[in-house]
Amino acid sequence: MLRLPPFDLRSPRSLEDASAILAGELSEDGGGVRVVAGGTDLWPNMKRRHQSAKTVVSLMRVADLEGIANGGGDLRIGATSLLEDIARNERVRCSYPALASAVASISSPLLRNMGTLGGNLCLDTRCTYYNQSEEWRRSIDYCMKEAGSVCWVAPSSAKCLAVSSGDTAPILCALGARARLASAAGERTVAVSDLFRDDGIDYLRKRPDEILVEVLLPARSDAEHCISSFRKLRRRGSIDFAVLTVATALWVDSGGVVTEAAIRLGAVASLPRAVPEAESALVGRPLGEESIREAAALCRRAATPLDNTDFTAQWRGRMVEVYAAGALRDCAESIRAE
Amino acid sequence: MAEPSRKSPEAPSPVAPEPGRWIGKSFRRVDGRAKVTGRTLFADDLSFPRMVFVRLVRAIVPHARIVEIDSAQARAMPGVLAVLTGEDFPVPFGILPVSQDEHALCPDRVRFVGDPVAAVAAVTEDQASEAALAVEVSYEPLKTISSIEEAIENPEPRIHDYGDGGNIHKRLSMHFGDVAPGLSDADLVLEDTFFYEGSTHLPMEQHAAVALPEDDDRLTLYSSTQTPHYVQRALAKVLEIPASRIRVVACSNGGGFGGKSDPFNHEIVAAKLALVLGRPVKVALTREEVFYCHRGRHPVLMELRTGFSRDGSIRAQHLRTALDGGAYGSYGVASSYYTGALQTVTYRLPAYKFDTIRVFTNKPPCGPKRGHGTPQPRFALEVQLDKAAEKLQIDPADIRLQNLAPAGSVTANWLKIGSMGLGSCIEAVVRGSGWRERYGRLPLGKGLGLACGSYLCGAGLPIYWNHMPQSAVQLQLDRSGRVAVFCGEAEIGQGSDSVLAAMVGEVLGIDLGDVRLCVADTDLTPVDLGSYSSRVTLMVGNAALEAAGRAKDILLEAAAAHLEVPADRLVLADGRVYDSSSPDREMSFQEAVCTAEARRGTIVTSGSYTPPRSPGRYRGSGVGPSPAYSYTAAVVETEVDVETGTVRVEHVWIAHDLGRAVNPVLAIGQVEGSVYMGLGEALMEEQAFRRLPRHRSNALVHKMPSILEYKSPTFLDMPEVTTYLIEDPDDAGPFGAKEVGQGPLLPIPPAVANAVFDAVGVRIDEVPIHPHKVLRALDAKARGEEARFGPGAFPTVDFGETLLVPTPEAGGDGKAINELRVKMRSGMRGASGTMSEHDEGVGRKDSASLTTL
Amino acid sequence: MSDQNVTFVAERLTVNGEELAVAFPAHHTLLEVLREECGLTGTKHGCELGECGTCAVLVDGRAVLSCLVLATETVGREVETIEGLARGNELHPLQAAFADLGAAQCGYCTPGILMTAKVLLEANPDPSRQEVCEALAGNLCRCTGYHKIVEAVLWAAAVERGDSSPPPREWLYGDELPGEMSNG
Repeated sequence: MLRLPPFDLRSPRSLEDASAILAGELSEDGGGVRVVAGGTDLWPNMKRRHQSAKTVVSLMRVADLEGIANGGGDLRIGATSLLEDIARNERVRCSYPALASAVASISSPLLRNMGTLGGNLCLDTRCTYYNQSEEWRRSIDYCMKEAGSVCWVAPSSAKCLAVSSGDTAPILCALGARARLASAAGERTVAVSDLFRDDGIDYLRKRPDEILVEVLLPARSDAEHCISSFRKLRRRGSIDFAVLTVATALWVDSGGVVTEAAIRLGAVASLPRAVPEAESALVGRPLGEESIREAAALCRRAATPLDNTDFTAQWRGRMVEVYAAGALRDCAESIRAE
Repeated sequence: MAEPSRKSPEAPSPVAPEPGRWIGKSFRRVDGRAKVTGRTLFADDLSFPRMVFVRLVRAIVPHARIVEIDSAQARAMPGVLAVLTGEDFPVPFGILPVSQDEHALCPDRVRFVGDPVAAVAAVTEDQASEAALAVEVSYEPLKTISSIEEAIENPEPRIHDYGDGGNIHKRLSMHFGDVAPGLSDADLVLEDTFFYEGSTHLPMEQHAAVALPEDDDRLTLYSSTQTPHYVQRALAKVLEIPASRIRVVACSNGGGFGGKSDPFNHEIVAAKLALVLGRPVKVALTREEVFYCHRGRHPVLMELRTGFSRDGSIRAQHLRTALDGGAYGSYGVASSYYTGALQTVTYRLPAYKFDTIRVFTNKPPCGPKRGHGTPQPRFALEVQLDKAAEKLQIDPADIRLQNLAPAGSVTANWLKIGSMGLGSCIEAVVRGSGWRERYGRLPLGKGLGLACGSYLCGAGLPIYWNHMPQSAVQLQLDRSGRVAVFCGEAEIGQGSDSVLAAMVGEVLGIDLGDVRLCVADTDLTPVDLGSYSSRVTLMVGNAALEAAGRAKDILLEAAAAHLEVPADRLVLADGRVYDSSSPDREMSFQEAVCTAEARRGTIVTSGSYTPPRSPGRYRGSGVGPSPAYSYTAAVVETEVDVETGTVRVEHVWIAHDLGRAVNPVLAIGQVEGSVYMGLGEALMEEQAFRRLPRHRSNALVHKMPSILEYKSPTFLDMPEVTTYLIEDPDDAGPFGAKEVGQGPLLPIPPAVANAVFDAVGVRIDEVPIHPHKVLRALDAKARGEEARFGPGAFPTVDFGETLLVPTPEAGGDGKAINELRVKMRSGMRGASGTMSEHDEGVGRKDSASLTTL
Repeated sequence: MSDQNVTFVAERLTVNGEELAVAFPAHHTLLEVLREECGLTGTKHGCELGECGTCAVLVDGRAVLSCLVLATETVGREVETIEGLARGNELHPLQAAFADLGAAQCGYCTPGILMTAKVLLEANPDPSRQEVCEALAGNLCRCTGYHKIVEAVLWAAAVERGDSSPPPREWLYGDELPGEMSNG
């Protein structure tokens, strides 16, 4: 049986305590502490020994991180909200249907009963050269994401090309969601888009001492004001990580003209890839087959999937255009339905 | 700790018919209650006082000499009790007598990433795992051989120093009749190359074993194995202990599919450590290690040339196959033969030539997976038939129907066919799917494909040469009316326990609640060779019938005397013995047992089964013969997305001739499970490897040894399945029964490929049919090029001297006409390193004796 | 690593309605503790990485992967395993249906699937085929091809709803041969 290495588990009851533990551990030993929520990412990574921790701080008993509620005009979703609860939440389904469908598509029902929104947003980047056992990684002499010097996906690459594989990040970025972060030093609220960095190793702009408290969804992105869609490509009907996601959010005026567009591509880079050129191609005209094709082609140009997930990279690249067009057509369909 | 066996047969289920009439009725499997309550004990569920754990240290390089193993640090770690290395296991083993090429731990060389080099025993599994990571092995790398082509091109370095030269493990060539006329002046000659990617069994249960030292220098091994008898033999050989001192108990297998049919390193290591440490030792593999044990589907490259008459009849066929065997022999010699042997039993082939090579590569060894060696050439044959039908403008169903091999005939390669229900199978799926109305007429993107298959009901010969029965059953009747059944068969989920119980219950007319099974225990049960080659229903069933028939005779003799009724008028049914012409004259089954016991002492009977001798008398004719053959036809309906190339299977109609359904609900389960596994191979699953850039690394690693990245279809990926059970009873089968566990997989991959062609007009000549392949073929079609995705040319290979065998039609006698010449040639190879095909010299070998699966 | 790093804890876990006092390494998962400390080996495991669903158990009525739950985190919560599913010696309707309809072949994935299906039926007493497939989409089975499992869940649901009619004949005997074909 594959088992966890030993560690100290801390289970604080308050955000204050959690932040203090984190700050304390970090001042002692920078690499020795990690936070965990649902455990569906960290525990497998620790079992395979590509992540390690002397101390693990569980956030699941911190009350401040729970719940889905209205707050200051936003819908706030606590970081430890279970994915299954979000997917079934009536408010989320009505107001942010693309988010609901993204969450409902994550892995499997069993995993959604354990995994959290915060965990999914902070999901470690993935790569078929990295998400392997210690012995397997020894046999390729490791890679630069952990212990090695080369990125085997593209040996000439100076940076790690592991893939951002979370399903919630692209749609939350597209919807203009913000994230509240707290630490012993204080708290700040940033755009979810600004949480990520295009670097497979250092992929989060969240500081190690910061805890993701909640995600705030603005009213201007809800279904009344915004047309959104989410499409996902993976091999099987369940369990698999996405090898491509397309999240779109469009704001349309009364005349049917797109006034603002957000497109994010998931699983094609180390962060949710924004495609401003495709967004521009949509703005200022009604959403029609012509603009959809134009934008989809621009999406394809913006994305360069590599050979480090399931499926061939070339085919995934081609699918970017198909899936982007599909996601935009879903939006067009919604517009027509209104 | 309780014994891992055995089961308490459940009271008759609400769906069972009246007791005493089992065959053909759907009843609750005898191990059903244990399986739904979590009480079935699998090997890893066992635990014994003072049990310790072992972890194997596996090679992290694909091909290398071991320079040094430094275990000092590991030995000093907490809880560590022992570290073993190859020095502790000088004696090699292997499932086939001709391929004794494995060691429990590698003595000097490693041949693939995952090859075990050391074993660490510790008090806890945590400690064993940690210490295993601390064992330092230094290697001197050897060139990595990663593919069939590389193995052919690089005779050096040799992965093994035996075989048919260089990195060719086995080469052979057989010619039945003369294919030349049929291929030169046929109206249509098709020549195609196909590739069938390797795949693995992926049983949900990871292999585990527990070894216990017993009193009196005895040893017990509990293991998740399909073949306890063969494991016992391997342990005896490697540990140099008489087999009589070794007890192997096969626990219920959490899925096998062929993946637990070899004796494995970890079993031998655990056994050795139990003897060294004097305490119980458990080994439980991780999922990744299961991918390294493998023994799964061989990747096979094929070239198929077939000559057809204008009316669609097949005139001659020439098949060439090249198997990527991985790093060890396993069942590979048999697998090689199987890529050719069963081509003849579905459609009449007047002349047939078959050439094959199996190569060694630095990857986990391939072996038998559901359908063993036959799904690959079946794919080639059935796709090519579809192409021929298209070219000749014949309906694909008709071209098959008109070529059917006749029931009771002997094929060109001397296989004796018994019952043959393929015609009915085709008719069922054609009617059920609306084929005649819908094939070729569906809108773009929708398609129907048809294919067939056939499989063995047990291999005609055992794996090691001997004259003994392949299966045996003993009954012991107690005065309580309880019938204990002893048999070496191993339950791997297929329902073999239920077949065994049903055979006995049917003959003796008793409730299965009164049947107690003791199975798969080499100390207590008579030998059955194991759960492989779909042999259990037929062979165990026949042995059970014989044992039960003998018990019945004893009971009837006693009852006849007691009731004063002639024995031939007595009936055993419903737990009673009664006079058929005057049912009031009766006694209970229990009374009959007591009466019989009073007359002649305790009642014990036995039965055994030896398959009939095959008419083939040529070297290699041992592979392919079976007491009976099952038949299957399937129609698959697909939807192909022309924008993405994604193939979605929407519906499968499948008809399987199983002779007679012993327990229909379990038979359907075997059919549906085979469809599932066939779809996995057709669309998703692959045991794929990654070669790092050669100028930077020698590494050759399994691309994705995880259950996440090895794509086994989920609940949401399974189409509708319509299952027809076709019953064409075979005289060789118990109550006419044939196999159902493997055959239904065979038509699925080619039926999918054929349906893709009907949907979008492109040929995908390899599996898995990944979307990028479909898209590439569609692109080619759009450019006006050949609308196909598949392998290029078959490599140039020397298959060795061809064995010439006249066919039955040509008045042959089953022998080759140039046996001696071929034998001498291979004998010369033998002198340069071929391992003896003899094992320990039990019995005399004759020309047909190549021991096989 | 040395054993000095391993912290042991003594906890009371509530498993199948019973309080069990167990001592175990603090970093061990619920899967390990159930199988190794509680002796409840009915919960199986196929990957220990959350990828196969074999180890599913219920925690506070939710089906979760016991390989990815620390046992310490279940203190004070209700754990249900396959050993607690039967009603005394009488099988739960799901168990009876699985046994009778061939939904358990090797039986290895069966405990996890039964526990997951139990939650489904509690929430949805009359699920459609699609709903059954969606609820069980995280549980892999290599033997059955899933159909027998879906049928067993549907039949168990019917039994639980008080429907006493037998399962459809084709589930037990295969589909009726089309047209004028006769068997054999």
